[in-house]
Amino acid sequence: MTTAEPLLHVEGLTKHFPIRSGLILQRQVGAVRAVDGLEFSVAAGETLGLVGESGCGKTTTGRLVARLLEPTKGAIFYEGRDIAHLSVKELRPIRGEIQMIFQDPYSSLNPRHTVGSIVSSFMEVQGIDPPGGRKRRVQELLETVGLNPEHYNRYPHEFSGGQRQRIGIARALSLKPKLIVADEPVSALDVSIQAQVVNLLQQLQRDLDLAFIFIAHDLAIVRHMSDRVAVMYLGKIMEIAERSTLYSRPRNPYTHALLSAVPEVDHSVTGDTRPRLRLTGDVPSPANPPSGCPFRTRCPRAQTICAELEPPLSQVSGSEIGHRSACHFPVTPENPLTPGDEANAATIA
Amino acid sequence: MTAPNMPFLDVRDLEVRFPTDDGVVHAVDGLSFTLQRGKTLGIVGESGSGKTVTGLSLLGLHDPRRTQISGQIWLEGTDLLTLGESELNEMRGEKIAMIFQDPLTALSPFYTIGNQIAEGYRRHAGGSKAAARKRAVDLLGRVGIPQPDRRVDNYPHEFSGGMRQRAMIAMALSNNPSLLVADEPTTALDVTVQAQILDLLADLQSEFNSAIILVTHDLGVISQVADDVLVMYAGRCVEKGDVRALLSRPQMPYTWGLLSSIPRLNSDVDVPLVPVRGAPPSLIDLPSGCPFQPRCDHSWRVAADRCRTERPVLRPSGVPGGGLACHLDEETRNRIVDEDLLPLWEGSRS
Ligand SMILES: Nc1ncnc2c1ncn2[C@@H]1O[C@H](COP(=O)(O)OP(=O)(O)O)[C@@H](O)[C@H]1O
Ligand SMILES: Nc1ncnc2c1ncn2[C@@H]1O[C@H](COP(=O)(O)OP(=O)(O)O)[C@@H](O)[C@H]1O
Ligand code: SF4
Ligand SMILES: [Mg+2]
Ligand SMILES: [Mg+2]
Repeated sequence: MTTAEPLLHVEGLTKHFPIRSGLILQRQVGAVRAVDGLEFSVAAGETLGLVGESGCGKTTTGRLVARLLEPTKGAIFYEGRDIAHLSVKELRPIRGEIQMIFQDPYSSLNPRHTVGSIVSSFMEVQGIDPPGGRKRRVQELLETVGLNPEHYNRYPHEFSGGQRQRIGIARALSLKPKLIVADEPVSALDVSIQAQVVNLLQQLQRDLDLAFIFIAHDLAIVRHMSDRVAVMYLGKIMEIAERSTLYSRPRNPYTHALLSAVPEVDHSVTGDTRPRLRLTGDVPSPANPPSGCPFRTRCPRAQTICAELEPPLSQVSGSEIGHRSACHFPVTPENPLTPGDEANAATIA
Repeated sequence: MTAPNMPFLDVRDLEVRFPTDDGVVHAVDGLSFTLQRGKTLGIVGESGSGKTVTGLSLLGLHDPRRTQISGQIWLEGTDLLTLGESELNEMRGEKIAMIFQDPLTALSPFYTIGNQIAEGYRRHAGGSKAAARKRAVDLLGRVGIPQPDRRVDNYPHEFSGGMRQRAMIAMALSNNPSLLVADEPTTALDVTVQAQILDLLADLQSEFNSAIILVTHDLGVISQVADDVLVMYAGRCVEKGDVRALLSRPQMPYTWGLLSSIPRLNSDVDVPLVPVRGAPPSLIDLPSGCPFQPRCDHSWRVAADRCRTERPVLRPSGVPGGGLACHLDEETRNRIVDEDLLPLWEGSRS
């Protein structure tokens, strides 16, 4: 799909948060493997969706890409240049190009600042004086995100949740980004408002040729937004593919389990006929992940080898280039999910 | 006992108001519904529409000094709104129980899970401490906590989010309540755990024949577990009915808006979502006509500006038990559903 250099490419991207103990010496006694050796690319103007259960490392991945965190290992190529370990000063020129918007529009906006000063804050930090002045630019931005440009003097509490998310989006746009990491941008909003913000993000993407990393736990919204989707589990990518492939022909049992758990509104009277693969128990701790395949403790297909050997994330034969999955016993047309898998999923603890 | 054809729960014209410095908040504004044992009523609506306030009213959990409540809540022939605090206390836990979105609102951090379940059980059923502890272990096992005899001595912070939710359900179930109010019980959980909890509630319901009120903003959840649905907007019921009938042929503009806002796993991604414009009204100065009118795309079809001036009352919608509050006439509604909405929803399937 992308013959030219991608906008973003990460390789071996890893973040281990140290676990320390002891009051004074603070010895490191272990590590939370929040993100563990990711490889993916994002092309200019493209949306990569990131899904997976909470704690699987989506936010950490986003913060690494936006370089709000420094990786423990691995490379982050942005326009061909490795930014993984750049200093704050070296990062400055590209800060504006990679922006983040957050789930909680309340906590990411300073309640004591006017909308105008919130939206212009990045321009201030970067010392940027747009032609026509900052106020003009702020008003332009407010208009772009569908807010009344005359409201730049108001405070965040005077806006509804959806409007506050728009303020955060206006701020993210202020430095003309090429890549926006959107971390659960609509999860806290009511469905009617969610659709407004989703449509706005899509409109902005078309008008400004933005690339998105779109993080959400709602699989239907991720499908609606994304060109490609990566499924994460315990800091690893389990499967990555083009949207239609991932949702209609997933290979990884974990992708199947996630999809079959989505409660769907069904307009037909016939009811829901998707296979029911129920996972039991919780995700293991990333401080002490299972040997072999990270999913094996909850996987209905797990065999001895799954505990011994970690399956590599490898190209799925017979599928598009770039469809990769990590599983010893993938779900294929010859080896489809069976009622046995479903029953097994219910009994394995 | 209840007469055979009398509903198990019968809420009539419930109004809940909170006087505040800014004015009186009309949180629930004339709500009526019924529910039978063994059935699940889904209450859906966006945040602030009065779902939680309704649930809390059923358990008598509003502070009487700061709340004006009127109407009737008949449960097996008793109007709960006439009960005193001690009688209500007896009802709560024994007949009616509630589970919340955030289990930490129901669980104390200072006592073990087992103690809290046993305590609730002994308050109503009496019996020895040992018997209550055994009951706690049984319940924890019943809701799918692994190694319940060991886990019973854990504190809430030693449980994961999904396990705390299970523990709270175990606590709510300790006296086999006949009415369970579940307020967004899975909203904070991952879909995988949500599916487990919804399965669990369905299992327990079929075992104990309890009535469940499931409050949620997720129409998908409603579609999976509810028998009947009640759509709330600005403290009122704007549509209700059998879940299949309502979701396949919703009858009024707010419900249409909710259904058009959400993408499906099989919808055509090139068709943009159709949001409801604007935001819900303030519950302090409600518009005098239809509360949805400022956001409604169809009020122009109603003659004489009635949507702005006259409050639509809940009237039968044609399907058994169904009702809607909207001035649009039946013919117009059917035409909109058949010509505009069904093609959008069905045709968007790829
Ligand atoms: N600053 C931190 N220190 C220690 N552990 C962290 C930190 N940030 C995240 N984690 C842990 O890393 C894992 C991944 O977290 P996160 O990236 O937030 O996941 P997600 O966004 O998918 O829910 C979790 O186990 C989380 O507790
Ligand atoms: N104790 C209270 N005092 C004043 N207003 C309240 C109180 N409790 C709830 N409300 C208001 O009542 C309305 C309905 O709230 P709620 O039932 O919590 O909505 P939902 O659960 O549907 O999101 C909201 O506008 C809320 O702010
Ligand atoms: S009564 Fe009028 S404003 Fe209200 S939903 Fe019906 S058409 Fe719309
Ligand atoms: Mg996160
Ligand atoms: Mg609520």
